[in-house]
Amino acid sequence: MDLLTPHLLSIGPLLTLVAVALLVLLLESIITKSEPVSFWTSVAGLLVSIGIAVPGIAVHGSAFGGMLRTGGSANYFSIIFFICALLTIVFSRDYLKKRDSVFGEFYLLILFATVGMVLMAAAADLIIVFLGIELMSICLYVLAGFIRGSVLSNESSLKYFLLGAFATGFLLYGIALLYGSTGSTSITFLTEHFETYASSRLFLAGIGLLIVGLAFKIGAVPFHMWVPDVYQGAPTPVSGFMATGAKAAAFSIIIGLFAQRFVHGVQIGTLLAILAAASMILGNVVAIAQTNVKRMLAYSSIAHAGYMLTGLAAGNAYGRDGILFYLLAYAFMNLGAFGLISFMEQEGEKHLTFDDYAGLGTTKPFLAVLMSVFMFSLAGIPPFAGFFGKYYIFVGAVQADMTWLAIVGVLMSVVSVFYYLRLVMVMYFQDTLIGQTASYSASSAAFVVLAALILLGLGVFPSSLLAIITTLY
Amino acid sequence: MHQFVPYILLLPLIGFLVNGLFGKKIGSETAAGLIGAGVIGLAFVLAAVIVGEMAGSPAEDRKHIVTLFQWVAAGSFSVSVAYQVDQLSMLMTLVVTGVGFLIHVYSIGYMHGDPGFRRFFAYMNLFIFMMLNLVLAGNFLLMFLGWEGVGLCSFLLIGFWHDRPFDTGGYAPGTAMTTDAAKKAFIVNRIGDFGFLIAMFMIVGAFGTLNFDEVFARAPYVFEAGNATVFWITLLLFLGATGKSAQIPLFVWLPDAMAGPTPVSALIHAATMVTAGVYMIARCSILYALAPATMEIVAGVGLATALVAATIGLVQNDIKKVLAYSTVSQLGYMFLALGVGSFTGGVFHVMTHAFFKALLFLGAGSVIHAMHDEQDIQKMGGLAPVMPVTYRTFLIAALAIAGIPPLAGFFSKDEILWKAFSQGGLGYWVVGWMVAGLTAFYMFRLVSLTFGGEARWGHDKHPHESPKLMTVPLMVLAILSVVGGFIGVPESLGGSNVIERWLEPVFAPAMAKLAFVQTGHDPAEYLLMALSVLIAAGGIAGARYIYLRRASIADGIAGRFRPFYALLWNKYFIDELYDAVIVRPIAAGSDRLLWRFFDIGVIDGMVNGTAHLVRLASGSLRKLQSGNAQNYAYGFLVGIILVLGVIIFR
Repeated sequence: MDLLTPHLLSIGPLLTLVAVALLVLLLESIITKSEPVSFWTSVAGLLVSIGIAVPGIAVHGSAFGGMLRTGGSANYFSIIFFICALLTIVFSRDYLKKRDSVFGEFYLLILFATVGMVLMAAAADLIIVFLGIELMSICLYVLAGFIRGSVLSNESSLKYFLLGAFATGFLLYGIALLYGSTGSTSITFLTEHFETYASSRLFLAGIGLLIVGLAFKIGAVPFHMWVPDVYQGAPTPVSGFMATGAKAAAFSIIIGLFAQRFVHGVQIGTLLAILAAASMILGNVVAIAQTNVKRMLAYSSIAHAGYMLTGLAAGNAYGRDGILFYLLAYAFMNLGAFGLISFMEQEGEKHLTFDDYAGLGTTKPFLAVLMSVFMFSLAGIPPFAGFFGKYYIFVGAVQADMTWLAIVGVLMSVVSVFYYLRLVMVMYFQDTLIGQTASYSASSAAFVVLAALILLGLGVFPSSLLAIITTLY
Repeated sequence: MHQFVPYILLLPLIGFLVNGLFGKKIGSETAAGLIGAGVIGLAFVLAAVIVGEMAGSPAEDRKHIVTLFQWVAAGSFSVSVAYQVDQLSMLMTLVVTGVGFLIHVYSIGYMHGDPGFRRFFAYMNLFIFMMLNLVLAGNFLLMFLGWEGVGLCSFLLIGFWHDRPFDTGGYAPGTAMTTDAAKKAFIVNRIGDFGFLIAMFMIVGAFGTLNFDEVFARAPYVFEAGNATVFWITLLLFLGATGKSAQIPLFVWLPDAMAGPTPVSALIHAATMVTAGVYMIARCSILYALAPATMEIVAGVGLATALVAATIGLVQNDIKKVLAYSTVSQLGYMFLALGVGSFTGGVFHVMTHAFFKALLFLGAGSVIHAMHDEQDIQKMGGLAPVMPVTYRTFLIAALAIAGIPPLAGFFSKDEILWKAFSQGGLGYWVVGWMVAGLTAFYMFRLVSLTFGGEARWGHDKHPHESPKLMTVPLMVLAILSVVGGFIGVPESLGGSNVIERWLEPVFAPAMAKLAFVQTGHDPAEYLLMALSVLIAAGGIAGARYIYLRRASIADGIAGRFRPFYALLWNKYFIDELYDAVIVRPIAAGSDRLLWRFFDIGVIDGMVNGTAHLVRLASGSLRKLQSGNAQNYAYGFLVGIILVLGVIIFR
């Protein structure tokens, strides 16, 4: 056996995905009406990738001279990304048909973005982190502007690109400073010698700038400004993809940096706590004033970044496991909600306001029930999975003597109930004003139902997932 | 086989889902009824097979815990959905599914043509599912799920005919609906449930777990006998039992629960759910053995309830109300048995009572059916020749409950009275003995007025015997009421007391703690037995003489003891007392203080104020979101300065 084979085998999910993406790329260039073929190839490829990634969770290792981590958390995150990509692709097809933009390239871009995410989760070196982030981001810039005829979509793409490039600059600067102060870009090295360098201001500045770059990707306050505009303008399923997949990818790096060994000092703990509190407060409070459902969910995603940062700030196993649980649950509930919105949305960004959902409980009871499930889960109401995610995170904060942060989180969750349940209230207690139409295929409907059922399942049996999560690091 | 226990629960759940979700799509009523009854029948068969296997294995091999999955986990505390298969739980399972199956079959006939036919069977199946959770649970929390679940089903079924008026017999005349009776049952039960909950919290506090296994095994080492904590735990659990099993002070809901369809009264409010409290205390026997003070309270409350309910039963005219008070009174007997440390006696009476009381209710249902919804026994009479099967089976049940040998009631009641004497004291026995006489009297007053004498119904009524679907279950229950007691024939009568041997391992720790002196054969036992048969026979003869020959005597007595009669007729004015002392003050307080002042003034004011404030903040914060990318970049820069400031200069 040659030297390369074991390395290649250990990154099976990543390789499979790359192969599928390349296959789709090839199909796009040789078949004339390639969209259906690309669609089914992507779906099948993602399912296979999930199948390959699942057994690898139990294994822990590294590959390519310590550049990549394999198995364990890398595979757990990969599964989250694959699920996000799968749901996004399935929901997008109906949506793109409505917007006259069904092109196979869409699936291709989603697949390559997912490859970037997997690289981020597997990265054991900052260079790989950068590689992954850029691969993902560039695909997302294009995806945000995929509806070429729409001004909003173009604006979204351009804003995301400009600010994303800005953030990348700082991220790279941070990596440079870290290299300058320690002579290494290895994450393993950095976490192992964190305390040695913690007194160096150069090192701390590097860490700070790295956090800035990643905080931008997760949409944490004060680096959140792009979120509402970009999410509102981007094709709806893509917004869902950015809010779930891209956010989880950025979190995979932050967790790898700070929560693998819980080495961060007081400064970083405080900084993360401040970012968390600011995100929870701003996201939830401003979400109340929104009339557009997509914008509401954009602010809600800022708030959720805050909840998850709370778990990181806690710096203990409870908080970390809580984030890992929450990221998976969040993928299902947020993509489910964005998926339903994409079913409802009409030509020219119409039917996106709260008023358009009035009376949906009577006109489209199926969609209304599902939407209610996602809203309840987002609000963190049992028996849905959203509750347990928040619960573990807040327990982590209390255990770390950050009770104030847990209190802010709980209070802000109460505020969030206001706008999540407003949608439910509007659907069930107001009379419909417009003729509501919804277009969705059977497969989309099946996946939304599946997402809702999984949320319920995770909410009733949280310990089954938690048992896996505790073995990841 | 024991690993198949979850399927006993799954079957009724499937029945509930099928009839509940697809009931409307099932075209034929018979099909829906067969599904509803069939799943219970299958569950019974499965339970019987498991018991058969248990009986074939040595006694120490009869207890198993079947864990399905972890349910709740928080830190070191965890609860699983786990079922405990042992002698006690399987005995209860047999009774619940067996009697339940017969009542389901009967209901196919009884509920024929009712628009809510499928809903009825869905609720009944759900009830059986919850009841099985209650008796098979392996920990307090799962038991509590069943406990609450049967309460919910009871609520749903009492108010099943939600558009029908309901005669409360006193308070709120003319305005009450069956839903009011349902609400009353639910609310009164909640008071008991509160006790159960607090007891659970205390158990977690003391043991750190809710699993029966661990709690009961460790209890004798954790607590000294008479310890205050175990006293409160057992007392609060008993408060829960008084709610579910209709004992003083919480028995007031059960007579009103008769507003539901009669099969419901038979299944839930006579044979199974109301015995949950008895089962629960028997299950916790070791805890009670450690709390002698609670045991005395249990015995005292049971005895008082038996007496109070039996006296009220003497004067009631609604056929179902008489049976309801009789149920309360018999449950009192069971608690008396538990209180004097005869856990086996209590459980034995649960079983025999399930047979004959279900039979009485189903017989009453058959009569009500024939009399076109007439329930007043003063307007009946002379039904024996018209409804021979109903009459004969009803008579057997009445003899059984009166305690005439060798019917089932004789053995279980005798066991209780003997233990009340030998382990309690003469006083317990005397009152219990008097109640036995009262029971015989009011039961035969009921039989005589309903079936005997002249017909007192109008020409517009054409009573007839009920269909086979209803009479066959009556006959089966009649057979059980005759032979059911043979599994508990005491040694003094040459029997082998099978049920006591069967349950012995379950109660062994408690009995060891209580350490009663075994007296062996005591001639007093025969004397007491003879006396109790004598008073039962006297009660029967008296009732037959008065109500069949000299009806004037009854009126004479009522006239001479006017105030006492009025007291009984109005059920000691307990409903009125609760209404004046508890219900009205709470209603007034919640209306004026809690609602108008606190809720509308304080809470709503705060909420609306906060919402207003948040909206204002929200409105001004969103102005920062200008849409201008350059501004965003400036914001970004400010953020970076903040981050570096915190991280470097802190």
